[in-house]
Amino acid sequence: MSSHFQSKRGKANPTISTASLPDIIFMLLFFFMVVTVLRDTELKLKITVPNATQLTKLEEKSLVNYIYIGKPTPKYESVYGTKPRIQLADQIVDGPENIPLFLERHKVKVPESRHPLITTSLRVDGEVTMGIVQDVKTMLRKQNQLRLNYSARKKEDI
Amino acid sequence: MLKKKSGRGRMVNEINASSMADIAFLLLIFFLVTTQIVEDKGILVKLPPWSDEPPETLELISRNVFSVLVNAENKLLVRGEPAEISELRERAKEFIMNPTGREDLSQSPTKAIISLKNDRGTNYKTYIEVYNELKGAYDELWDEECRRKYGVAYSEELPLEYRKEIKAKIPMVLSEAEPTSYGAE
Repeated sequence: MSSHFQSKRGKANPTISTASLPDIIFMLLFFFMVVTVLRDTELKLKITVPNATQLTKLEEKSLVNYIYIGKPTPKYESVYGTKPRIQLADQIVDGPENIPLFLERHKVKVPESRHPLITTSLRVDGEVTMGIVQDVKTMLRKQNQLRLNYSARKKEDI
Repeated sequence: MLKKKSGRGRMVNEINASSMADIAFLLLIFFLVTTQIVEDKGILVKLPPWSDEPPETLELISRNVFSVLVNAENKLLVRGEPAEISELRERAKEFIMNPTGREDLSQSPTKAIISLKNDRGTNYKTYIEVYNELKGAYDELWDEECRRKYGVAYSEELPLEYRKEIKAKIPMVLSEAEPTSYGAE
């Protein structure tokens, strides 16, 4: 009886088939390609967003435009100075007067019916003073862009 | 001729796919490294529409106004007295609900107004902390009200009529005044 079993075992191929491995890896790859968003803008400012607890998640990326405020990184200090500046898309601009055009450029990419849902995400460094932020807020109000999100990180200690 | 044919027949008629996994892995790792999952979270606010006319002055009873001032040195002044950020949430909650019916707190949640004012020199971080506490006060009150009424925690997944009802009972009125120009750079 035992010899009968042994003979059967001896015939089996001991290698594991790896033929399906590429498929599995490709599946993973596609998953990551779909869920991640490629960053198309280079951040020229040093931004550490403040911490907060009452956070809301921004759902649709296509409805969000970003305004960055912060001090230029050391690489750009020679060009833009050390004072806090505003960055729209991938350019550091002189002041809030450039915001209307930026908003309009984003708006044309969004279907008309969804315009009221457009949110502006303000990614502002914690050390920046409110003056420049206030100027941006005033400009957004003048442009009737009223949905605003103060970008913040989750506070861990609560 | 015959010899050739037999030579062909011996060849394994298959592409070697064992390196495919390595290529896919390489791509996968490349994507993992170059992309960063940007977490987009923040405090959602709705700005008031802009109007060129000066806003009409409303006569408010001072007991219904909870004024918060943040100066250029990041110090707080709550209802005329210095205060700390840590106590802000509890004080705001007590002011809105006024559970003991005090004379100097709001008449009712619907009449309560929180007024926030800052200098141009105020740090953004401090401003966010203060705003967070004030919003937190309302969030906690909504949550308490929701638990009392429906027995569930307040969340954005709740049916719209529930949320509307709660917000009608405790409306969030947070008025931001134009900042003073102290400490402007």
